[in-house]
Amino acid sequence: MPFVTAETQQRDYDIIVVGSGAGGGQSAYTLCMDGARVLMLEAGRNYSATESSMFRTPDLAPLGGASTPDKPFGFFDATVDGGWSVPGEPYVRASGEGAGRFDWWRARMLGGRTNHWGRISLRNGPYDFKPYSRDGLGFDWPIGYEDVAPYYDKVEMLIGVYGSNEGLENTPNSPAGILLPPPKPLVSDYLLAQRAKRLGVPAIPGHRAVLTRALDHKRVPALLHPGNARAQTILAADMRDRTPCLWATPCGYGCAIRANYQSTTVHLPPALKTGNLDIMTDAMVHEVTVGSNGRANGVNFVDRLSGKQRHAAARVVILAASACESARILLNSKSPRHPDGLGNSSGKVGRYLMDTVGSTLSGQIPLLENLPPLNEDGADGHALYVPWWLYREQRAGKLNFARGYHIEYGGGKRMPGAGTGAGLEWLTGGSYGRQFKEDVRRYYGSFVGFDGRGEMIPNEQSFCEIDPTVKDKWGIPVLRFHWQWSDHERRQASHMQTTFAEIIDAMGGRIPHPVKTDGAEAIAPGGSIIHEVGGAIMGSDPKTSVTNQWGQTWDVDNVFITDGAVFASNADKNPTLTIMALAWRASDHILERLRRKEL
Amino acid sequence: MDRRMTIKWVLAASASWPLLGTGVAGAFTAPTLRGYGSDPDLSQNYRPGEPWPLSLTPSQRRLAQTLSDIIIPADDRSPSASAAGVVDFIDEWLSAPYPDCQRDRGIVVGGFAWLDIEAGRRAGHDFIDLEPGAQASLCDDICDEARAGQALKEAAHFFARFRDLTAGGFYTSPIGRLDLGYIGNLPQARFDGPPPALLKSLGLA
Repeated sequence: MPFVTAETQQRDYDIIVVGSGAGGGQSAYTLCMDGARVLMLEAGRNYSATESSMFRTPDLAPLGGASTPDKPFGFFDATVDGGWSVPGEPYVRASGEGAGRFDWWRARMLGGRTNHWGRISLRNGPYDFKPYSRDGLGFDWPIGYEDVAPYYDKVEMLIGVYGSNEGLENTPNSPAGILLPPPKPLVSDYLLAQRAKRLGVPAIPGHRAVLTRALDHKRVPALLHPGNARAQTILAADMRDRTPCLWATPCGYGCAIRANYQSTTVHLPPALKTGNLDIMTDAMVHEVTVGSNGRANGVNFVDRLSGKQRHAAARVVILAASACESARILLNSKSPRHPDGLGNSSGKVGRYLMDTVGSTLSGQIPLLENLPPLNEDGADGHALYVPWWLYREQRAGKLNFARGYHIEYGGGKRMPGAGTGAGLEWLTGGSYGRQFKEDVRRYYGSFVGFDGRGEMIPNEQSFCEIDPTVKDKWGIPVLRFHWQWSDHERRQASHMQTTFAEIIDAMGGRIPHPVKTDGAEAIAPGGSIIHEVGGAIMGSDPKTSVTNQWGQTWDVDNVFITDGAVFASNADKNPTLTIMALAWRASDHILERLRRKEL
Repeated sequence: MDRRMTIKWVLAASASWPLLGTGVAGAFTAPTLRGYGSDPDLSQNYRPGEPWPLSLTPSQRRLAQTLSDIIIPADDRSPSASAAGVVDFIDEWLSAPYPDCQRDRGIVVGGFAWLDIEAGRRAGHDFIDLEPGAQASLCDDICDEARAGQALKEAAHFFARFRDLTAGGFYTSPIGRLDLGYIGNLPQARFDGPPPALLKSLGLA
């Protein structure tokens, strides 16, 4: 009985996993494939990618599919009951609406944010685990790239990631035979590669969790589950059921043919087939419960359908509710043994919240005007990207900020949307009538966009805590966010803008407004890139960190965290692949400890 | 935008034509409805008026039709804006309960009122009853915010926003997609990228 309710749940679970996204999905997959009995609790509703809006067009949606507060990424985005605000589940911005603004994205659905994410899957490099050792800022992780690399290999083989091995500094290669071939670039990608190269800026194939060809179901299962014939059989069957990309329709709609990675299409189906996974949706966990010995014995949750308080029991509790939600659960888990919240003897729960530094610029490229009709859907963008390329300059002290960024880039004749033809006055002089129609045809597909994605250094002023008064509609105390960028991030955002403008210029293009060289103006609000990590960072000292290298809380040995909360730094690389690799690694460790009867 | 703000806007836009007492302000009542929520049925085909009622008056819809067809008229490649359903699109947009849509409602409905007043001042008719040449002459004065004089700044802002909405409605329609030569959104066995000859002609091969 894979989907259970508060009434039908079993009593003999080895492990409770709170959350069903990248961290929870990977944890449940790894644990169940190796025989552990898992109960997964998801706060949102059940969801299947068969609900996807694949191939649906904007004219079928209200407002041409434009984004609204109800659906911030557009009507057809896969997100359910999510966004910057969730009805009835407020949070508090202690630093106000200005430079200290922090926006918290949530999704209340099975699979969480993996259903809509960008599928960009970059490995952290060796530098990214030891940032303090390199420049004296932030924290080193208690592990290095060599500890995580085998798990990057496994995750890439399991979920399917396209890309190439370029051998660039701190931009790791994957072992041969792991990456799927990258998709063909678009016209605008070829132009970027040619012109950026003249500036010494490398544009190389992106890495995304999209199947550009079928997974090798004969070879991979044995590599991922050596000696486990049952797991191999289940995985091989599941891999055969995943269809490669059909080169159309946005990944963010969710993929009913399972060509890209989302927890609901890749992690959960094989985990359910083992018979070891029970999933309970609409279960809003708010507290880890402890016995008189101070060890965890389960979780308290609100059954959202009945509104009633319920309890689930297990030998081990894994939190993978998303960085901030996991911190919230820990802080709300107060008991005589843990008066400041569970795992919080260091006072570090909620601390060192990080997002990605984001800044955006688009330009118009005359060379791309009036191109013939082209199908440029491809694999939904990100055929090429620019990894951080100025390590040497940074080491030599030539830059006024400490950490790097990569550039995500897009162009092409994509599906027209509610913004097509808007804001063209700077090019058209305000044309209307037949001339306007000609102008829109001319400029359609001639715009390119640059998104900088940079590393934020953890600081003492960016954290979340429990608000003393505000509660959500379930009566659960909510988070209050404090946020502050440092000069490192602001200067980095300014550098992004200058670089984007230089590249656009090298492409023969133009921009509508003077470039924002003031980093405070150029930087996107905290949380808005939706890469928030930290809040329960791992370390090698219980006084300055919340967990050890396995995501195991220092204070309670049977509570683990397998989401982004454990990140001790937030490299420019998008966090999801690393969340999965760390979740697999932590789950292997838990299995081993369970076998040794240590948990 | 609330009613008081809208009146202020119209006054600012055309100081010699106070609207108080003309009854125009009564058209600014904002809908007090809810949106489609955070978990709408994505499989349904939504027609304007279904998620929330349309709310423009018949005369506002006539003006929307006239103006959108001036902005996107029929030509040898595609029909006009209104033939692509743009009036319903704009009515749905301006009737939606979301903050951006409500802001646009204030701009557009206020702009409609200004347009008729200005047309009346120039030629003694509502805008839709002007000769095409007179309509164009008025549009020429407000079609570019950068060139519009201070007195016409707000009217030019309205025109720009209305042009954006017209384009949004037109190019999200099947007619608009065809007009732009969009040929994606079709399942394909493979993706080969751009033709080599095109890359060569652009100096990118």
